[in-house]
Amino acid sequence: MTIAIRVENISKKYKIGAAPGKFRYGMLRDQLAEIPRKLFRRSEGRVGVDYIWALKDVSFDLEEGRVLGIIGRNGAGKSTLLKVLSRVTEPTRGMISVRGRVGSLLEVGTGFHPELTGRDNIFMNGAILGMKRAEIAAKFDEIVEFSEVAQFIDTPVKRYSSGMYLRLAFAVAAHLEPEILVVDEVLAVGDAEFQRKCIGKMNDVANQGRTVLFVSHNMSAILRLTNESIVIQKGQLVKRAPSPEAVDYYLASGQAQAGERAWDADEVPAASAPFRPISLRVRDSRGAVADTFRSTEPITLEMEYRLDAPITGLRVGVYLSTVRGEYVFTSFDVDDAAQYEKFSTRQAGHYTSKCQIPADFLNEGRYILGVNASSFGVRRYFMDENALAFTIDPMGAPGMQWAEQRQGPVRPRLDWVIETVR
Amino acid sequence: MTEITKREPTTIYIKPTTGLAALNLGDLWQYRELVVFMIWRDIKVRYKQTLLGASWAVIQPVMTMLVFTFLFGRVAKMPSDGIPYPIFSFAGLLPWGLFTTALNTASRSLTSNHNMISKSYFPRLVLPLASVLGGLVDFVIALVILIGMMIYYNITPSWSALWAVPVFIFLTIITALGVALWLSAINVQYRDVGYALPFITQFWLFITPVAYSSKVISDQWQLIYSINPMAGVVNGFRWALLNSGNSPDLSVAVSTGIALLVLVTGLVYFRNMERTFADTI
Repeated sequence: MTIAIRVENISKKYKIGAAPGKFRYGMLRDQLAEIPRKLFRRSEGRVGVDYIWALKDVSFDLEEGRVLGIIGRNGAGKSTLLKVLSRVTEPTRGMISVRGRVGSLLEVGTGFHPELTGRDNIFMNGAILGMKRAEIAAKFDEIVEFSEVAQFIDTPVKRYSSGMYLRLAFAVAAHLEPEILVVDEVLAVGDAEFQRKCIGKMNDVANQGRTVLFVSHNMSAILRLTNESIVIQKGQLVKRAPSPEAVDYYLASGQAQAGERAWDADEVPAASAPFRPISLRVRDSRGAVADTFRSTEPITLEMEYRLDAPITGLRVGVYLSTVRGEYVFTSFDVDDAAQYEKFSTRQAGHYTSKCQIPADFLNEGRYILGVNASSFGVRRYFMDENALAFTIDPMGAPGMQWAEQRQGPVRPRLDWVIETVR
Repeated sequence: MTEITKREPTTIYIKPTTGLAALNLGDLWQYRELVVFMIWRDIKVRYKQTLLGASWAVIQPVMTMLVFTFLFGRVAKMPSDGIPYPIFSFAGLLPWGLFTTALNTASRSLTSNHNMISKSYFPRLVLPLASVLGGLVDFVIALVILIGMMIYYNITPSWSALWAVPVFIFLTIITALGVALWLSAINVQYRDVGYALPFITQFWLFITPVAYSSKVISDQWQLIYSINPMAGVVNGFRWALLNSGNSPDLSVAVSTGIALLVLVTGLVYFRNMERTFADTI
């Protein structure tokens, strides 16, 4: 097999303050004010300048026609890696050789101009993605059909709904037919039907023998679409393994100890303020923090956090899902109307929100616990969809006399009554 | 699959770049269609949602001409080389308008397209280049007005206009592009450029013989005066179209030299900064 992508010791250094996401640009005045200081302290010119390595010595090869998942927490360096791969930004050190055109779905809608019609934007966007005019014209009908906006194709895109806009943008990018496709989380937006289409398109691309790099926070999507994944942590490649193993490694890696996920100050985005997550713990029936529970015992979920200022309408809750990505439930600490009244404004302070998953509820398997702190319709303060993972052991669960895998994420003990009908 | 996509993939090497080799003009050639698309987009969008639309391309220079004619022609009685003042100033305003439009849009081209830069790869040079060339459309519209005025005032251009006008347009483009390369790259990091730009263009207008004739400058200063490439352009325009003033001489060579110098240094600076555009914009 030919190698499609060879990444050799790629490192990327950012000056702090210039890191992406932190929008800040210097003032010429500041630079001018620096001049006298620099003149007198030439040797210390670098003092006070902080750098972070967004990527550090990342190396991997990828064969043609493979689909590789890239997983890592926010700020781990995934986006930087994709940006370097798609030549948006230059690496500081190292080299990548890429065989063929890299099309990236992180550039969905780039260059779209609100005043231009859908038709014009297709051509514009295609040109930015490196397509030739003839190539775009040849695929035009296909693109329009895929985007489902045919009747508005001569309307300026500023009149489009956000869904239409996104569909059109994705359609162009999806039809670029690059040798290497980079997909970054775009699937998180759009309705279910459209997501299905997108995933279908991605599969097509992979089946045509093209190489796909897929970045997602959605572990089920990673497991469904990729066979192999790499895990990036603090700018370094820490694991490359078949996807189920890589996902498990990733989920376990954030845990301070088995059954507890603690957030360091630098892991919490500034946008979360005044909400400050401290830790999420799962406890067994005896109150011990653990990572494996019996299906027959109640499990306590405990979220500890601080509020630096009062928040009105705050709800702190959890998502529970299986490692396959199916949601089991979502629950918030003020779901109860009376409770919601009582905590309509939560004062600044140090809190825990606790709840219990009843005994005889979950089926055997591995589960992922996510956290969400938000004020409905106002703001989402904090979210970590993959905060913690734990395992349920089915010992003593109903139906254990048969050595079979029970379908479904729940395994309730139901009161069956058997009656003779006469 | 269509024919077009059936090609042997070429291998691209992504690594830290150094020096002038990194200028990568070959890449720019590859993306020439994008330049055309960008120009086309800018033109299509330029007068969207305006009442008067493309007539602004005419209104702007004509109004300026009227103001100049009243202020400098009537009130201040500036000499205009024996040519009616309205057409004298309009012939100067034409290349001047091309220059300022090009300079203004190109200097802001990177920042106004920041989402393109931070999300996808293409030679960044495409943006200022397309902005500069996009100004030509307004120029052509205004040129029609000038031709109308020449008929009205019964002025016949010399034959040399056939080569001189394109040459001076080219010189204007080069000058605007060179300065814009510097300013657009600086603008990515320091937004001060946005504030300095109106001042720069205003000051530049004073040192360019648009409202007045360059003959008012005494001979010993002429060579220094021609350091401003736009002075050479405006004089050249008047000479070719209105048969006024001196034919281009050494001063045009000086102007061209300066313009090329700014362009080349601008390219080098631009390329140096280009590496970090996506990170700092």
